Amino acid sequence: MTTPLLEVRGLRKCFGAHVVLDDIDLVLARGETVCILGPSGAGKSTFLRCLNWLEKPDAGTILLGGERIGHRPGGEAPMRDKELARVRTRMGMVFQQFALWPHLSALQNVMEAPLHVQRRPRAEVRAEAEALLAKVGLADKREAFPAHLSGGQKQRVGIARALAMRPELLLFDEPTSSLDPELVGEVLSVMEDLRRDGMTMLVVTHEMGFAREAANRVVLLDQGRVVEEDVPERFFTAPRAERTRQFLARYANSLSPNPPPRVPAKVHE
Amino acid sequence: MSRGWLIVWAHRDELLQGLATTLWISALAALASLALGGLLSIALMSRHRGTARSARAFVDTMRCVPFLLFVYVVYYGLPSFGIVLGNWTAGLSALIVYNTGYMGELIAAAWRALPREVIEAGHAFGFHRFSLFRRIILPPVALAAAPMIGNQVVQIVKDSAFLTIIAVAELTHAATNIQSFYFVPFAAFLSAVLLYWVLCVAIEQGVGLAQAVAERRR
Repeated sequence: MTTPLLEVRGLRKCFGAHVVLDDIDLVLARGETVCILGPSGAGKSTFLRCLNWLEKPDAGTILLGGERIGHRPGGEAPMRDKELARVRTRMGMVFQQFALWPHLSALQNVMEAPLHVQRRPRAEVRAEAEALLAKVGLADKREAFPAHLSGGQKQRVGIARALAMRPELLLFDEPTSSLDPELVGEVLSVMEDLRRDGMTMLVVTHEMGFAREAANRVVLLDQGRVVEEDVPERFFTAPRAERTRQFLARYANSLSPNPPPRVPAKVHE
Repeated sequence: MSRGWLIVWAHRDELLQGLATTLWISALAALASLALGGLLSIALMSRHRGTARSARAFVDTMRCVPFLLFVYVVYYGLPSFGIVLGNWTAGLSALIVYNTGYMGELIAAAWRALPREVIEAGHAFGFHRFSLFRRIILPPVALAAAPMIGNQVVQIVKDSAFLTIIAVAELTHAATNIQSFYFVPFAAFLSAVLLYWVLCVAIEQGVGLAQAVAERRR
């Protein structure tokens, strides 16, 4: 059996007395897309942020391609800043509020970390960054500063920026939640392309349509626990847990009169 | 009346030399206090409590002491601790130390206003420590703080006039010399005022340019 790309065992995180994540297990094979659903406050974002140690987990093991994240080999000693910085470059992250660097153009945003963290040659980085912006449909916006881009454009730059690190895994933290409804499709279609290209993705989202169409598996997180984990066909049509049924019913109500959930629009070229 | 202007005109070299000194000492003080203020802002924003508190105490002290008194302390007070500075060095040091407090605080204010996610993205993409500060935090903070930094530079130019009391031969000192020798207060002082005004307008133009650059990124 091959090593899974990501293996999380017994992940636990508390803020004070409040248990945010309680004994979470999750395994991702290479090329898989897994969507994490759940009500707000369920711990979804905290879970993603623990994976690259933006939040320090209180217990548990995170293995990326077999390498332990956050702890130094063979012990419980946490990694130093420099070691953490290195392992973080193996996971790309896409933020809810885009978090583009405001002083840099779209192209510079994409080039920044490959140039100054990975220290790859400028010519190579530039060619790759231009190709990535073209891939997300923003070749003509490369000189634009974030302040002059729409939300959907910002998020597509955010995705190109994450891809430029050549990450093994992409983490999406509610990538479409701060977008106007008509801009959601352009971001989802880029993510759909990535999935088809074989990118491994862990996506925290409220987009049921995307989860249903694109995910290999869907996870429902509630009150810091995994309530249900299943392939989308069963998750959406024959959930086992009562809590999942409630959650889906509430979404179905809030979504009508616009059923069925959105199917991503056609690919940008 | 016109006698006054003629006398000032005859001594224009003295006045211009004073202006040159004002320019020099202000420019040096601005650059040095900006650089030190940048370092001070790191201390102000430090997670280490003791560091942040000491930095805060320094800023509060500088903001509460009148600059004139501070110059007296540096020039007349420090010699009792065996630190004797020439008047030019004492004046420049006083300007630098005093304004480092202000620069540090206004850079820290712009830093606090930077969205948390922007810095977090820096961490997530592998920046840490100095590279994080240098590439992710400092550039947007500098752009956001540019107008306030410009104001502070104007303040430095005006504060440098106080250095006349420790006989630094700057613009106010030159004007005072001319007026006390020939008793032409209106012409001498107004000439100095006009020259300060020109200097400050020039600085404001510079700030305007910096703001135009910042505006594209806002």
